[in-house]
Amino acid sequence: MQPFTRVTAAAVPIDLPNVDTDRVIPARFLRKDRSVPEYASFLFHDVRFNADGSERTEFVLNQPPFRGAKIVVAAENFGCGSSREAAVWALAAYGVCSVIAPSLGDIFHQNCFKNGLLPVILPGDVVADLRGQLHAQPGVSITIDLEAQTVTAPDGARHRFDVDLFRKEMLLSGRDEIGLTLGYEAQIAEFEARHAREAAWAAPRAAARQ
Amino acid sequence: MFEKVWARHVVAEGPGGHVLLYVDRHLLHEGTTAAFGRLAKSGRRVRRPDLAFATADHYVPTSPASPAPDAEGRAMVESLARYTADQRIVHFGVGDVRRGIVHVIGPEQGLTVPGITLVCGDSHTATHGAFGALAFGIGSSEVEHVLATQTLWQKKPLTMRISVEGRLTTGVSAKDVILAIIATIGAGGGVRHAIEYAGSAIRAMSMDERMTVCNMSIEAGARAGMIAPDETTFAFIEGRPFAPRGEAWAQALASWKALPTDPGAVFDREVTLAAADIAPTVTWGTSPQDALPITSRVPDPAAVGDAGRRESMARALAYMGLRPGTPLGEIAVNRVFIGSCTNSRLDDLRTAARVVKGRRAVVPAWVVPGSGLIKRAAEAEGLDRVFLDAGFEWREAGCSMCVGMNGDTAGAGERVASTSNRNFEGRQGKGARTHLMSPAMAAAAAVTGRLTDVRTLGV
Repeated sequence: MQPFTRVTAAAVPIDLPNVDTDRVIPARFLRKDRSVPEYASFLFHDVRFNADGSERTEFVLNQPPFRGAKIVVAAENFGCGSSREAAVWALAAYGVCSVIAPSLGDIFHQNCFKNGLLPVILPGDVVADLRGQLHAQPGVSITIDLEAQTVTAPDGARHRFDVDLFRKEMLLSGRDEIGLTLGYEAQIAEFEARHAREAAWAAPRAAARQ
Repeated sequence: MFEKVWARHVVAEGPGGHVLLYVDRHLLHEGTTAAFGRLAKSGRRVRRPDLAFATADHYVPTSPASPAPDAEGRAMVESLARYTADQRIVHFGVGDVRRGIVHVIGPEQGLTVPGITLVCGDSHTATHGAFGALAFGIGSSEVEHVLATQTLWQKKPLTMRISVEGRLTTGVSAKDVILAIIATIGAGGGVRHAIEYAGSAIRAMSMDERMTVCNMSIEAGARAGMIAPDETTFAFIEGRPFAPRGEAWAQALASWKALPTDPGAVFDREVTLAAADIAPTVTWGTSPQDALPITSRVPDPAAVGDAGRRESMARALAYMGLRPGTPLGEIAVNRVFIGSCTNSRLDDLRTAARVVKGRRAVVPAWVVPGSGLIKRAAEAEGLDRVFLDAGFEWREAGCSMCVGMNGDTAGAGERVASTSNRNFEGRQGKGARTHLMSPAMAAAAAVTGRLTDVRTLGV
């Protein structure tokens, strides 16, 4: 995984609350391998393109200043609904490296971390103000510094955000999480032995396997 | 209750309050096969194949008459069968009568029991919380992590208790309860929380009804939703194939009876609803929080103060093709879908059949049982005849028209009365319009051709 440290990039405002992951990537694309070259085109597909494949001009990512934006500034509960990690894969394929919002769907939030995409939670009024600045000066940049845990708005205001220490370290190092956990083998084995003693009933009845 | 289950599964403490949490049960479906590929590529093995159980539901067609699934969907079903055979993971595959929707067959097989941790690469995994298990949906990378380590790094969520007190009135079901809850706390109301559903109305519910409530926790933003286990729970589990027996059953019961939340426990948030205030409920918009009693009218965005909310309502009404002020009971539907991990269990089918009996569906209507065993049990009771005689389609088990990825979809502009869990834009097919409701209400819509207050049909 690519480490995430500091980024300065154009940002796009997405104003609707409760943008669900079905909207981020419709179900019919979930069967596609994420390595296919057109993967980025699945992002927001049904609100971004007409049936004939032409762009819907009213969709914000189709407006020239926002095209190719690397930071999404969203509204409440962005990424709610389905657990599909493809929502994060589609954002990443498009080039998005961070989503800033007042709140995010819990599973989407976790999926971001697993793919080196930084989810930033800031108060609703701060995020609304950020979106306002992006609308006022389309194409302006935002800076996100993970080490310092700050977002610098186009107007220069700096906002501190919270991020879990564990997730921060994983993002900064780009470390493989499974590799890290496999280092806990002794603790896992010890837990399993104790669990089998104290809660033998928690194991599925082996005789039912056939 | 949540705290007790959590504490018993902590393997190690990590930095910043994260813990390594042990996973007792991992349910798999063909939509998560990408994780197997990555695991194999990295040369890692499945740590505990005996704790993983698989079925094919998302991509499987539910009728012999369905268009043949495309090569990619078929490949996912086949790759799950191959992978689970290689790894010696129990697989309820195509052709096995036990196959069905992953959240229906877990409880049905006795894999879901109180006090365990259970995960699945599907957001509706909270369904299993109806048994007092800590169950939550995970992404594809987390699926790979569980396969490799049988654990997950997790931060403890906040807790919320939602109490529904009193008795539900005639015609009001578990689905109406959860829709009313989501309308109350909002689609983001449960974000970062684990919910416990409590109160006399919840305790009075059957396990099928409790599963309907917990199933839609994610629609309120919560990854997990739990209900304390009681005699109803134990009676459901006892004797199921994978459930403990003999000495293990006695030990399990002792442990499960100690699970309920202690009196005086403090939750981060408490919400209370009066059961008597809940009416048969339908959604009018494109978020599950857009739910109102069937006796209401389509709301008017102009009456809403907040500009963001106004715009999102207007957008939802445009997508849904609805005009403010229209009585919900006058909205004509094109199709009816009874099924999904929310409402495809025997209780659901019985309730719908009671409404349908002696009447005719006036629009295309489908019933998709949640598993092969439910289908068989329903047929033994003659429910299939009730539906078939009324002109319904009686189909094979699967996710069907809830997910719009297996060929079962509604057309653009078609309006569906659906017992599923999401009314998102495009969820049931590109341009399809979904109204969520209970099985009884969907059955009522099928026989009248419009959203209908089931109480007016006198059943």
